[in-house]
Formats: sequence, C-alpha cells, structure tokens
Amino acid sequence: MESTVHNWYLIAVVVGMAIITFGIRFVLLARAHRTHLPTWLEEALRFVPVAVLTAIIMPMIFIHEQKLDLNVQNPWLWGGLAAFVAGGVWRKPLLTILVGVVVFFGLKLGARF
Amino acid sequence: MPTESSVLNPRQALRFGAFVSLPMIIGNMPFGFIFGSLAMSQGLPLWVPVAMSLLVFAGSAQFVALGLLAVNAPLWLILSTTFIVNLRHLLYAADIMKYLRHLGFNWRVPMAFGLIDETYAAVRPYYASGKLDENNGHWAYIGSFLAFYIMWNSTTLAGALVGQALPNMAAWSLEFAMVATFLGIITPYLRSLPYWNVFLVAAALSLVLHSLPNNLGLLIAALTGVAAGVLTEYLQGHIQRTAQGA
Repeated sequence: MESTVHNWYLIAVVVGMAIITFGIRFVLLARAHRTHLPTWLEEALRFVPVAVLTAIIMPMIFIHEQKLDLNVQNPWLWGGLAAFVAGGVWRKPLLTILVGVVVFFGLKLGARF
Repeated sequence: MPTESSVLNPRQALRFGAFVSLPMIIGNMPFGFIFGSLAMSQGLPLWVPVAMSLLVFAGSAQFVALGLLAVNAPLWLILSTTFIVNLRHLLYAADIMKYLRHLGFNWRVPMAFGLIDETYAAVRPYYASGKLDENNGHWAYIGSFLAFYIMWNSTTLAGALVGQALPNMAAWSLEFAMVATFLGIITPYLRSLPYWNVFLVAAALSLVLHSLPNNLGLLIAALTGVAAGVLTEYLQGHIQRTAQGA
C-alpha cells in the first residue's frame, strides 16, 4: 500500500515536471504565427544570448565550494581567460573552444605531476 | 564552386546542428551519467530517472528534483521549483519565435520540447550570421536537439545501470567544454558598448547572487543584463540626438 502511494507520487512528479517544462518552452512558440512582439522588445531580446550564457558560466568559472575562487591555481580562471582572449582576438568559436580546453586540461593535468 | 556561404540542404543542416553541439555534448555527458547514478543511489526505481530524461529533458531541473525527492518534498514544491528553474527558456522562446513562425506545429512542438540552453546556444548565432535561415535553420535545430536527446538519455540509462561501479566522472571537469563553448559564442558579440555592458552586468550579478536557490540568481542576472543593454542603447541614442539638436 505504502509503495503504491509512493509510485503514484513519483508518476505525478515526472508527468507534472514534463508538462510544466514543455509548457514554458511551447507557450510562446505556439503563438508565434500570430504574435509579433513590439520593436523595443525584439531589440531587447538581441541581448539574451550574451546575458544568459554569461550568467550561466561565470559562477562555473569563479565559484568553487560556494566561495569566490581567485586563486592563481584555479584552472577554470586561466582556461576561461584563455578562451575569452582567443575569442576576442579571432572570433572563431571552434578556435576559442580549442584554446580554452587545451589551457584548462593542460593546467589540470600539469598540476598532477 | 561551393563556398562557405553556400546554402545548406536539410541533411547538411541536420549534421551541422549536431556538429556544432559536439563540444557541449561531451561536456554534458558526465551530468547525464551522474544524474542516473545519483537517482539510483537515492533508492528511486529505475524508471524514474529514465522517464525524467525521456519526458522532461531539462538537466538542471532534473537535478533539483532529485534533491527535493530526497527530502520527500511535496508535489507542489517540486513542480513550482521546476517552473522557476526553467523560466529562462521563456526568454529563448521569445527570441527565436521570429525564426519559426512560418513552421507548422509538427515542427514547433518538437522544437519546443528540445529548447534547452545548449541547442539555443549552438544554433541561435548562425541565424544571426545568416548561415541558417527560415529554410534550413529548423533542420540544424533538430540535429542539435536529437544529438543532445540521444546523449542525455543514453548517459542517464548507463549511469542508472552501472553508475556506482565506475570512476568519479565529476572530478574530470568535462563541463569546462561548455564554458569554452559559451565563451566562443559570447565573445564575437563584444564589439560595442551595449553588449559589453550586458556582459559585465550579467557576469557581476551572477557571481553576487550565486547562492540564491533555483537558478534565481541566473534569471535576475540575465534580465538585468538585458536591461543594461537596452539602457545603454537608449542613452547612446539620447546623447546622439542631443548632440545633433545642439
């Protein structure tokens, strides 16, 4: 009996999460053919990629164990900086990834020896 | 002679979408694996992590849900948390709706289901650069989505089945590939003051607010960053108009 209740609870969690997640992603796209956003909003949305992607990665680079990590031995810092500089100079996404990854994993492996 | 600017046909676009997603796919593999093995270590039945990855397909919300299930949180709390954690996808949808309003629901439904950070990040810049357009963009998008979907579900299953027997993949820091990819997307935008201000404000706030629960810090930082960009552009225009008027 106990486990039947538990199973229904788990089913409700999974299905509920699926509906809510899909709902958020679909609600605007469902109306895309008849909704035209005002110009000021369209212009503001141009900034979304930089704003969201920056806000996702900065804590990954700088926050470790819940604290700001500015230690020079933090490989995230150097890998991120290398990718940032490479991206700023060459503006080629694949090269940016390559430079960042080489510096990051080079430092990480180097620290082992 | 085919050149860089030659138009991608559907099959090429599909492959292109999967290809540009590759670094992030590698970077995310440990997370699918950890998600699967974490769910099993909490004593959940196998179908729970498997069904979540199949039906919800939202990494951070799935991890948050595991945390809440572990403390027997009530249903409403898990669902409202899911809502807040995924709210940022609304911004992506608002931004890309102009590129897919000509498509039928048979396209828009799967594209909405697959609207994750990574696919948005992988495909969106190529719409802006003109490499993708109304004719082939959705194929690239589906290519990216399918690549992530297959990876996420297979790593979830693998983690759930054999997770405890394998080395600690979290220590490998493969997610750095995601950081590098996102930097590759962000840096080309940084050629004007409004975008620099978006970047600086979003970066500073995301660090200051990192301890807020449920990705709220991320959401506030992103929205404030966008506002900073709009304000900068407005002030630039205002200064220009004043200078002309004088």
